[in-house]
Amino acid sequence: MKTCLVVDDSRVIRKVARRILEDLGFEVAEAADGADALAWCATAMPEVILLDWNMPGMTGLEVLRRLRQEPGGDAPRVVFCTVENELDRIREALEFGADEYIMKPFDGDIVAGKLALAGAL
Amino acid sequence: MATLCAERAGLRVDPEKEYLIENRLGPVARREGFGSIADLLQAVRDRGDERLAWAVVEAMSPSETGFFRDPQSVERGIAEAFTDLARRGDGETLRIWVAACGGGQEIYSVAMLLDEQAPPGVTIDLCASDLSDRRLEKARCGVYSQFEVQRGLPARRLVRHFEKRDDSFMVAQRLRQMVRWRRVNLLEDLSPLGRFDLVFCRNVLGGMLDTSRARALDNLKKVLTPDGCLVLGLGDAAGDLVTIPGQLGIYRAQPVRRAA
Repeated sequence: MKTCLVVDDSRVIRKVARRILEDLGFEVAEAADGADALAWCATAMPEVILLDWNMPGMTGLEVLRRLRQEPGGDAPRVVFCTVENELDRIREALEFGADEYIMKPFDGDIVAGKLALAGAL
Repeated sequence: MATLCAERAGLRVDPEKEYLIENRLGPVARREGFGSIADLLQAVRDRGDERLAWAVVEAMSPSETGFFRDPQSVERGIAEAFTDLARRGDGETLRIWVAACGGGQEIYSVAMLLDEQAPPGVTIDLCASDLSDRRLEKARCGVYSQFEVQRGLPARRLVRHFEKRDDSFMVAQRLRQMVRWRRVNLLEDLSPLGRFDLVFCRNVLGGMLDTSRARALDNLKKVLTPDGCLVLGLGDAAGDLVTIPGQLGIYRAQPVRRAA
């Protein structure tokens, strides 16, 4: 079973994402901020990361930059999941190494479709 | 209403599917100022209003669409067309038609692939049609909600081929300018459209009555060039068309004689 780490400071979003991802067959782990996410990755690198952009402390973009520098950090499929919906932001995320991008609000079909496009299903 | 849809567009409408009729005709009734769907249909019967009758038929015709649905079929269809073009020699024009383009997602998916993959020097004539003027107008505008651009469209193609317009996303002008638009009923004589190297008609024929489907398929065959390809939905019956080995959903009017 693949593991997906949901990184979002909103408990509600983490809960909704967990339900969708579990329905898709993922084992789900949660992190409420970037530091927590990187610590989780250092212990057990997940196959997939659903990553918010705006979080207290470290932004999702910074989490992604640091992750990709870690040993094995290029392996996870990273899908941003954020309210940021400007094309420049999406372009920036892809240039930093994101595999796909979800603009909130989302539903189960969007998450499944984007994970498939990211090669994560 | 079922008779009207069958006569005008060969549509198979199951009167038992009340939810479908409610979903599709409810907005038409409201838009036209009727208190109910029954009032709308009564007016169609009593007034002989052609515009209103077509509004009902158009609303009942299949409209489900999305970016890069069955992407392999689209990519393989285009690859076949490029292969045929290379075989015919340089300087040819590739004519492609997306029949029943709905809200435009499929024609723009094709346009994106052509923009990315067309060999230099190839002239492409890209046509899109639909039964519905309203859907054609939406398609021509090329403006999609955030929800719509997250259905099947990879983020890399979103940033490459779209511009942000307020809360919506608009297909880049260079792609919109590639497409010629036309209202077409597949049951009518299609010969004025000319011949095409590649025709997409996916997930439309399945919603038609058997006799209408056969007629539409025959009409589509007639507009194919001798080695032209027809791309149907994976569940669509293809009649006597010739399948291409290994290319699910892609057909030819006749086998192609390739040079040894």
